[in-house]
Amino acid sequence: MNPRRKKRLTLVSMLLVGVAAAASLMLYALTQNIDLFYTPTELVEGKGKQQQVPSVGQRLRIGGMVVEGSVKRDPETLKVSFQLTDGGPLVTVNYQGILPDLFREGQGIVAQGVLTSANEVDASEVLAKHDEEYMPPELAEQIKGIRHVNPNQVDDSSSGAGR
Amino acid sequence: MWRWLHPYAKAEASYRLLSRLLPWFACSAVVTLLISLVWGLAFAPADYQQGDSYRIIYIHVPAAIWSMGAYFGMAIMALIALVWQIRTASWAIAAIAPVGAAMTAIALLTGAIWGKPMWGTWWEWDARLTSELILFFLYVGVLALYFAFDDQKAGAKAAAILAIVGVINLPIIHFSVEWWNTLHQGATITKFGRPSIANDMLWPLLLSILAFALVTATLIIMRLRNEMLFNEIHRPWAQAELGVNPPVAVSQQETR
Repeated sequence: MNPRRKKRLTLVSMLLVGVAAAASLMLYALTQNIDLFYTPTELVEGKGKQQQVPSVGQRLRIGGMVVEGSVKRDPETLKVSFQLTDGGPLVTVNYQGILPDLFREGQGIVAQGVLTSANEVDASEVLAKHDEEYMPPELAEQIKGIRHVNPNQVDDSSSGAGR
Repeated sequence: MWRWLHPYAKAEASYRLLSRLLPWFACSAVVTLLISLVWGLAFAPADYQQGDSYRIIYIHVPAAIWSMGAYFGMAIMALIALVWQIRTASWAIAAIAPVGAAMTAIALLTGAIWGKPMWGTWWEWDARLTSELILFFLYVGVLALYFAFDDQKAGAKAAAILAIVGVINLPIIHFSVEWWNTLHQGATITKFGRPSIANDMLWPLLLSILAFALVTATLIIMRLRNEMLFNEIHRPWAQAELGVNPPVAVSQQETR
């Protein structure tokens, strides 16, 4: 390689290394702000090295698994409350509105709202997360024991199990 | 070792090569795209959770993969254009950028269409979605810089620098779902270990990824051929390709 090309190559690689270092330092510093949501553990026990606990009244997003059997619906209105967990503490979410189709117990969700007490959130928006696994219903029934029921075709025999 | 590559620094030689390759790429792109989309959209089984809505994966995932793949190719061309100052490489930047931007736009749009019924929102400022949007802006920025200068060489140089700097965004897009908690789920196939998708669904997906690669390549080849002709229009070989008389001959006729 002739010296001029070598010089240009060195310059370009120095530029790339410099920008990469700057970008990674920036992202490292912003790590906590880039996270879309708090997990229940982070919300209750604090996040990061300083164990910072969000204050009551703060607007935030919380993400976790809906605890089995924790969904309580108000029969009169659209109010619903449920608990979220990531294996540690539980956080209660209150919400009024229509939940996304994928919302079900055991499903990962992200809720945006205001923290009303140490482990309670009044949500204004509930989004469903889905995992990266794709499989046909028969396979899911075999592997996971999940029975898929089309909500439009629920018959009496499966209406109890069809969540 | 690289000696066989040297003739292609000349636009004439690489134009001939691209012209020979183009029909093969174009035909196989059309065939694989048709097969994979019909297979994926009509014959693959429905998902246990998302039902038929998941089928948009057969467009969303290949477009997203090649939006990043095209960027990587563009960055390599930018490196060659900067260090070895081969003009064909700098034209390739202008040829790749719009194609990559289109792939990014397809990925963003299909992602929004998929997100609304499944997540419950068209858009969320999570790390994966935001970094993919930045990729789109990078493409647009490279393209804008390329054509922003009266002197084409200066434009190509500026665009090449931006293209190389923007390469930092590629690992950020890929690992965003691991480094931060996001609404977007983790990787299904581009990870170590077994893909977490049933085989009946995986094969059409792999075929559609191949199809989108061929479509991207075909479009880039077509654009690069045009760029070559456009930039070398005063050269005899380009005029011979286009079937026009050299302007010299025309002016001689006029003076006579």
